[in-house]
Amino acid sequence: MVEKRGIGFFLTHAVLILGIAVVGLPIYLTLVGSTVTQQDIIQPPLPLVPGPHLVKNYSDALFSGVNVPVMRMLANSMVMALGIAIGKIVISILSAYAIVYFRFPFRMFAFWTIFITLMLPVEVRIVPTFEVAADLGLLNSYAGLTLPLIASATATFLFRQFFLTVPDELVEAARIDGAGPVRFFKDILLPLSRTNIAALFVILFIFGWNQYLWPLLITTEPEMNTIVVGIKQMLPTADDWGNWPVTMATAMLAMIPPVFVVVVMQRLFVKGLIETEK
Amino acid sequence: MEKRVTFSHKALPYLLVAPQLVITFVFFLWPASQAIWQSLFLPDPFGLSSEFVGLENFRFLFGDRYYLESFTTTAIFSLAVTALSMSSALLLAVMADRVIRGATAYKTLLIWPYAVAPAIAGVMWLFMFNPSIGLIAYYLKFLGYNWNHVLNGGEAMFLVVVAASWKQISYNFLFFLAGLQAIPKSLIEAAAIDGAGRTYRFWTIIFPLLSPTTFFLLVVNIVYAFFETFGIIHTVTAGGPERSTTILVYKIYADGFVGQDLGSSAAQSVILMVVVAILTVVQFRFIERRVHY
Amino acid sequence: MAEIKLSDLRKSYGRTEVLHGIDLEVADGEFIVIVGPSGCGKSTLLRMVAGLETVTAGSIEIAGRAVNDVEPKDRDIAMVFQTYALYPHMSVFGNMAYGLKIAGLSKSEIDERVQKAARMLELSELLERKPRQLSGGQRQRVAMGRAIVRDPSAFLFDEPLSNLDAKLRVQMRLEIKQLQRSLGTTSLYVTHDQVEAMTLADRLVVMNAGVAEQIDTPISVYEHPASTFVAGFIGSPAMNFLNATVGSNGASLDLTEGGSIALEAAELAKNGGRDVVAGIRPEHVETASSEKAQLTLHVTAVETLGADTLAHGGVNGPGTGFTVRLAGTAKVQEGDAVPLAIAPGALHLFERDSGRRIADV
Repeated sequence: MVEKRGIGFFLTHAVLILGIAVVGLPIYLTLVGSTVTQQDIIQPPLPLVPGPHLVKNYSDALFSGVNVPVMRMLANSMVMALGIAIGKIVISILSAYAIVYFRFPFRMFAFWTIFITLMLPVEVRIVPTFEVAADLGLLNSYAGLTLPLIASATATFLFRQFFLTVPDELVEAARIDGAGPVRFFKDILLPLSRTNIAALFVILFIFGWNQYLWPLLITTEPEMNTIVVGIKQMLPTADDWGNWPVTMATAMLAMIPPVFVVVVMQRLFVKGLIETEK
Repeated sequence: MEKRVTFSHKALPYLLVAPQLVITFVFFLWPASQAIWQSLFLPDPFGLSSEFVGLENFRFLFGDRYYLESFTTTAIFSLAVTALSMSSALLLAVMADRVIRGATAYKTLLIWPYAVAPAIAGVMWLFMFNPSIGLIAYYLKFLGYNWNHVLNGGEAMFLVVVAASWKQISYNFLFFLAGLQAIPKSLIEAAAIDGAGRTYRFWTIIFPLLSPTTFFLLVVNIVYAFFETFGIIHTVTAGGPERSTTILVYKIYADGFVGQDLGSSAAQSVILMVVVAILTVVQFRFIERRVHY
Repeated sequence: MAEIKLSDLRKSYGRTEVLHGIDLEVADGEFIVIVGPSGCGKSTLLRMVAGLETVTAGSIEIAGRAVNDVEPKDRDIAMVFQTYALYPHMSVFGNMAYGLKIAGLSKSEIDERVQKAARMLELSELLERKPRQLSGGQRQRVAMGRAIVRDPSAFLFDEPLSNLDAKLRVQMRLEIKQLQRSLGTTSLYVTHDQVEAMTLADRLVVMNAGVAEQIDTPISVYEHPASTFVAGFIGSPAMNFLNATVGSNGASLDLTEGGSIALEAAELAKNGGRDVVAGIRPEHVETASSEKAQLTLHVTAVETLGADTLAHGGVNGPGTGFTVRLAGTAKVQEGDAVPLAIAPGALHLFERDSGRRIADV
């Protein structure tokens, strides 16, 4: 590395700190907004340091909210995020296993069927997908929130890619040791995939937590709203000042789980992010 | 690439792929084919019956000023988001790559907006720019600029672009940083010994070597701006004012759910599927090339 | 303990036949080494015995039982892979115990067997380690251990030493030999290394292009190679070959390159006039007085190795690549014409067209 000293060193850090400030500003102001009173907010300017009402605003949000207690929406989000992450991992690892380790008629058909889902994000098939879900009675249900989102070509390809790097000799050794396909999967492939599963879980949890359009369509009752969707209903409208501190507290609460996951599992997160895009 | 060694079992592989295939059929292929089917029909105003109209919905769309406007809006929006978030991320990544001490801390502080949902990002930026209570709107007024994105289309576009770029900086930053760190340090040292200055080194050595990452991110960012920013648009501007921030995805939603114009919404879906298909092919073509780089 | 019998064993991939009918009977406790250049089909043959490749035609019997369609795990064999194929997430103990666990052995019996094998292989201290914490030689031992614990009727080795450095390879070679002797387990061992082949084998199978060219003890293969391929493959430096025609009285070989080699008696009378390839190992010639000399080497290069000296040059004139190995630091120089005599019985004659052996004189 060509180390730079003096002015260049100073400039480098200055740019980075400025970058962090810009990136952090919206979140800092949201935090401030969640610790002051409605009065402090509707009479601008907003104070620049957090106020003393943190506990009250957050407990108001959690236990009463605006339409429905945020606690309830957090639980919904958690169910959806976990359901999507786990569901995707399970069905993807199984289908990747079948496609890599078996030769069967319609194998390529299955591969291309999965591949084509890459080209069909929910955003482009909004109305008909909603109709299917409605016909199946999935409105306002956890199944409706998760099932339609758990088919994923990306996760399947990631596992396929990984399986292809597992040496063939391991399968052969396992066969000689007497392990059939189910045992091989359970005893050898699954433990070997641990890191990949964890990395993928981080990415998919965030993906699931941050879903917006689909839960917006599928949930019509406030009790089934996820927090990311529910916050929209808390925003002030033309003839209403809303409740900014509670809304801002809700925004903070909506960020905490995914941000926590990213910061705590940073290495897995980076691995997952880069692997899923290969 | 194929495995040389496989298991032989009659029923098991089908059992293994079944869950994914069932979900793919029910929630992907069937709705997609429904969209194609519906795009050929025109339902009556009461939704009681519909009439086969062939490609009439498409012809109508391409003659529809609002739809064409939405295309332009989407193009402006995605180019602006891509340019803004990629350039700021590249700057930060180059700086972070130079730092030896504290690099991890900077990285941690820069990556977490990735975890923030687009809709939440929208809410936060809205809070700062709200014309009556927003802190930044307040200071702008103080400086003599009357900010009101609720009425001003340009300002609305600016706001959603900034919010969408903000959220995407982390992602671009991570990939740029990984790309930079993959460049052999000896190359840079060699250039330094050859007498190339810092800026010159960047543009003649680092930037060209980074081009695979840059192209890759270009595609990813465009896809992001097209499809994943719905939450931002919906919370910040709801497509307004005067459709100035109605991107294609938002229009499908608005026409299909709010306007109940199913035929047109379906036709728009079909057009968008073609767009996604093209982007996917570009992405895959490109990734193939990246492997050989 | 078991015999293995291969009868007219064939393997095809699509329309390409890669094994053209191998017959082999392995006695109980015998150590068979299958040797040949890469691509000769030796690994395929071994993998067919293991049950990892299907049999296209012919049959495999292990301990008198036809196993063509028997799953690998039911063949009562164990295999050591070139890459060792250790399960990376399992401890040494776990690796060795896995097959036993699947077979449903009791915990105490598994423990006893693994401990015993570990003692034999000096792995007792390493049982809790993961494969990545082991050196190459130790991994090799674990792979062996995994084979041993199952107490199979046969061991199958697929180039087990080729990932080790030269020194370890020699050491492990000796250990494998001793282990096989003490266990008395029938073994099939595939390698491309002729030194391994010569030192380990009770009998060698020399393979070329899907055919077993010769199946015999190492010393017979060395002394009486069945074909030019075997003759050239076994031995280092490789055997010298000269095109020649047998003299009409059978008392000389007229070399195509010019000149001739005098033979002691009319040994080849019945082959008079036949086109042959004459093979002479570098170590089977020695300097001789000019009246006893059978051929003259015109030296073009000399390599002094200490224990012996390699002289390269042409026979009866410059040109043909001919190498001789002379004992000690022979006083040979570039440009010398060295008179040489061939050891009795060390001149191998092969039919020119087929490459099959005619006689050793």
